[in-house]
Amino acid sequence: MRDGTIVVAGASLAGLRGAEALRAHGFAGRLILVGDEPHLAYDRPPLSKHVLTGEVAPGATTLPGVGALEAEWRLGVKALGLDRAGRTLLLADGERLAFDRLLIATGARARPWPAPEEARLSGVHTLRSRDDAASLAAGLAARPRRVLILGAGFIGCEAASSIRALGLPVTVVDPEPAPLAQALGSVIGGFVAGRMEAAGVDVRLGARVTHLEGDRAVRRARLADGGTIEADLVVVALGAVRNTGWLAGAGLRADEGGLSSDGACRALDEAGRPDEAIFAAGDVARFPHPLYGHRPVALEHWGNAVAQGAHAARAMLHGADAVGAYAELPAFWSSQFGLNIKSLGLTEGADAVAIVQGSPRAGRFLAVYGRAGRTIAAVSVNAGRWLPAYEGPIRDGAPFPPITGGADQPDPEPVPPGLPSREAA
Amino acid sequence: MTDASDGTLFAQVRDSANRADPYPLYARLRVRPVARQDDGTFVASGYAAIRALLHDPRVSSEDLPPAEHPPTGNPVKDWIVNPLKDWVTDRHRPFIFRDPPDHGLLRRQVMGQFTIARVQGMKRRTEGLVAQCLERCAGSRHFDLVDDLAYPLPVTVICELLGVPREDEPRFHAWATQLATALEPESRHDEALRARNTETFDAIADYMRDLIREKRRAPRDDMLSGLATAKDPQAGRMSDPDLIATAILLLIAGHETTVNLITNGMLTLLRRPRELARLRADPERAPRVIEELLRYEPPVHFRTRVARAPIPVAGTVIPEGAPLVLLFAAGNRDPARFPDPDRFDPDRADNQHFGFGGALHYCVGAPLARIEAEAALTALAARLSNPRLAEDPPPYRPGASLRGPKRLLLHIDGIG
Ligand SMILES: Cc1cc2nc3c(=O)[nH]c(=O)nc-3n(C[C@H](O)[C@H](O)[C@H](O)COP(=O)(O)OP(=O)(O)OC[C@H]3O[C@@H](n4cnc5c(N)ncnc54)[C@H](O)[C@@H]3O)c2cc1C
Ligand code: HEM
Repeated sequence: MRDGTIVVAGASLAGLRGAEALRAHGFAGRLILVGDEPHLAYDRPPLSKHVLTGEVAPGATTLPGVGALEAEWRLGVKALGLDRAGRTLLLADGERLAFDRLLIATGARARPWPAPEEARLSGVHTLRSRDDAASLAAGLAARPRRVLILGAGFIGCEAASSIRALGLPVTVVDPEPAPLAQALGSVIGGFVAGRMEAAGVDVRLGARVTHLEGDRAVRRARLADGGTIEADLVVVALGAVRNTGWLAGAGLRADEGGLSSDGACRALDEAGRPDEAIFAAGDVARFPHPLYGHRPVALEHWGNAVAQGAHAARAMLHGADAVGAYAELPAFWSSQFGLNIKSLGLTEGADAVAIVQGSPRAGRFLAVYGRAGRTIAAVSVNAGRWLPAYEGPIRDGAPFPPITGGADQPDPEPVPPGLPSREAA
Repeated sequence: MTDASDGTLFAQVRDSANRADPYPLYARLRVRPVARQDDGTFVASGYAAIRALLHDPRVSSEDLPPAEHPPTGNPVKDWIVNPLKDWVTDRHRPFIFRDPPDHGLLRRQVMGQFTIARVQGMKRRTEGLVAQCLERCAGSRHFDLVDDLAYPLPVTVICELLGVPREDEPRFHAWATQLATALEPESRHDEALRARNTETFDAIADYMRDLIREKRRAPRDDMLSGLATAKDPQAGRMSDPDLIATAILLLIAGHETTVNLITNGMLTLLRRPRELARLRADPERAPRVIEELLRYEPPVHFRTRVARAPIPVAGTVIPEGAPLVLLFAAGNRDPARFPDPDRFDPDRADNQHFGFGGALHYCVGAPLARIEAEAALTALAARLSNPRLAEDPPPYRPGASLRGPKRLLLHIDGIG
């Protein structure tokens, strides 16, 4: 396909990179990007890092290349519904956009605090958008007496690091025994916990906040064990929910966990059949990963948004058969507490972890994760240059640990990784 | 014998008869991305295989030959590494020949001195030095790019960065020339020359020892002062032998390489007058031209390693202890990675070449080398009037790894 109309719903990373790939692969027709945020597509990773520390202004995060794309933009306009049979997208301002192909890239939003009236207390923040970051930064500028962060996942930990760097007292609460436990397990997470404490963060693990209290403004959090934490600014960092609500009634297989799609990024209908005209990419997409037994996965990775956006674009133009199944190795990075953490592959289901290069004591190391004797993932801490050696072994499911006899660590010793069981998650 | 199983291909690469155009041999080698040679060496020539091996912790850079070092046939080793090893004890070999964790500690201290500000600060100065070299040749109708520009430039630049007093610089030029003659294979069996080489290293080491003492006494804003006085949180202060080995490494690693980039660069451009004209018209193209040169005609064709453990790669297993060659220049022309790889195309997107190596040992001098090459090539493009190659191909230096012309004679109508 070279001509016709392609509409992209969600004008952020996956949508923009997908649209660029459409042009790069020769699409000459009409290209329209619809986004409910009023801003030009911007980058989210800095929001929990340099934006909070004040090194980068929230407005300075616009993605490179936005201006060069030949496209029509509908910004500040939400897509309200999808008429699949009529191949039309319904917009909040009443416009009906007919399309030949649709790319759904509506991403995810921060999971809100479950009690809405408590979530509405002033001083309670989430962190997903540029506006969230600006409002949080303004709250921090008022020098709160203590900042409480709910959730020690990547965004919670990064926020803790940035806010601590501002010299503000910070408490982090998480029910798991270690930060980043879900993604990295408590062995590596325990190392990060040490760094957090060394940076002066009050880390409360194995604890659960049940209520946020205060009148109008938040004052304290109540813990499951009856204790309280006084805090006048709270960051709710409890993970993300996929933006699929607007697809209700469209007959696609979609819920809070994502929009199901196949290896060619085609959205699946309720019967599990791919829709030839509708595609999904980025955080919103839940797709079968060939490297993980075709288990459906939904990622929240910057690199996935970029690569999948481009894959969907090629599938749109050249057809599903021509592009093959999307099989990008999941990859992620995070920076916090002076640590540059990078990961390849998915740790979920790992039964062993081994430090194969460097050491936690030296402050830089590489850990490999195994499952049933096969290598499934690798994580580097301040050692990103070591990571690419593990790409091949992870792809091939090489015996675990994949590499022994290295200069640094000839005989790695595997231990259980301490990943939370899936029921608990 | 099928082509791919010809175990002498790498020997042919080393043969100086193939110096002017080794690329057809590389293409034959690439049929097996990792190929065993008859002497037991494994040669990696496919892009993906080189990349994997560069990052593999079982691949060691501590591949110095045994102490008595019988000639290996590799001039860099025979004439630079081995004499160097004669006087720096094993513990103090320069970090290019070390593995983690020591490698990282030493390298980190050097990187701490190779700051962006310091390197960028050399840009103007480098442009000035290039202009001086050209001024010296004003009025002439010939120009030897090697002697008149490419050779002296990097020595002066690194001396100034390190903080070698200007009056001592001529000694470094002499030493550099001496080290370069060491690369001639004819001189391999020349005992007198060999002795002179060791003498040269001793002389540099003695000089450095004094200079370091001086820098500690009265530190200045230069790299050597920084290295001599800075304290790493983990490694502490760098020892004198490490410092000396590092300083000599910086001098050597940045010399022949930069010379080759400038001369291979000009040679490539003179063979493609349209590209030369485009660079003249638009100096902003220089960074793209230089990246493509680093892919297409890299100054360093290969580096050697040794396998510390058996390594399965590209359908073969490299046995423990096997010498390993990472043939960067062949990976740079791998059609599986670069579309139309034998075409010189500064506009190519996604040009992740191995010109500066990769992974842990990625060239620390890359930003400096880029500045030097950019200053030289843009000035040459802008100021040489009607340059033509006096000989094509030019005579090459013997090295198969540090590959570049011995001289590059140009006819010119003048210097503008
Ligand atoms: C604070 C933060 C830090 C991060 N740090 C890292 C990191 O260090 N490394 C990393 O790999 N990843 C990181 N990520 C994840 C990464 O940013 C995401 O994976 C990426 O943004 C996903 O891009 P996307 O385009 O799929 O979705 P999104 O960026 O979520 O974009 C979706 C867009 O669609 C819009 N939208 C939603 N519904 C509608 C609708 N109905 N109509 C119109 N528009 C709609 C949304 O408002 C949004 O603009 C971070 C994320 C956050 C929030
Ligand atoms: C065009 C010029 C240059 C080229 C092509 C080049 C190329 C390379 C390559 C390929 C390596 C990798 C070696 C390996 O993997 O074994 C390397 C390493 C190195 N280079 Fe360069 N180089 C250049 C200029 C410089 C300069 C100007 C300096 C310093 C002033 C320098 C200093 C070094 C050092 C110290 C190393 C060793 C790094 C380590 O082992 O960690 N180089 N260079």
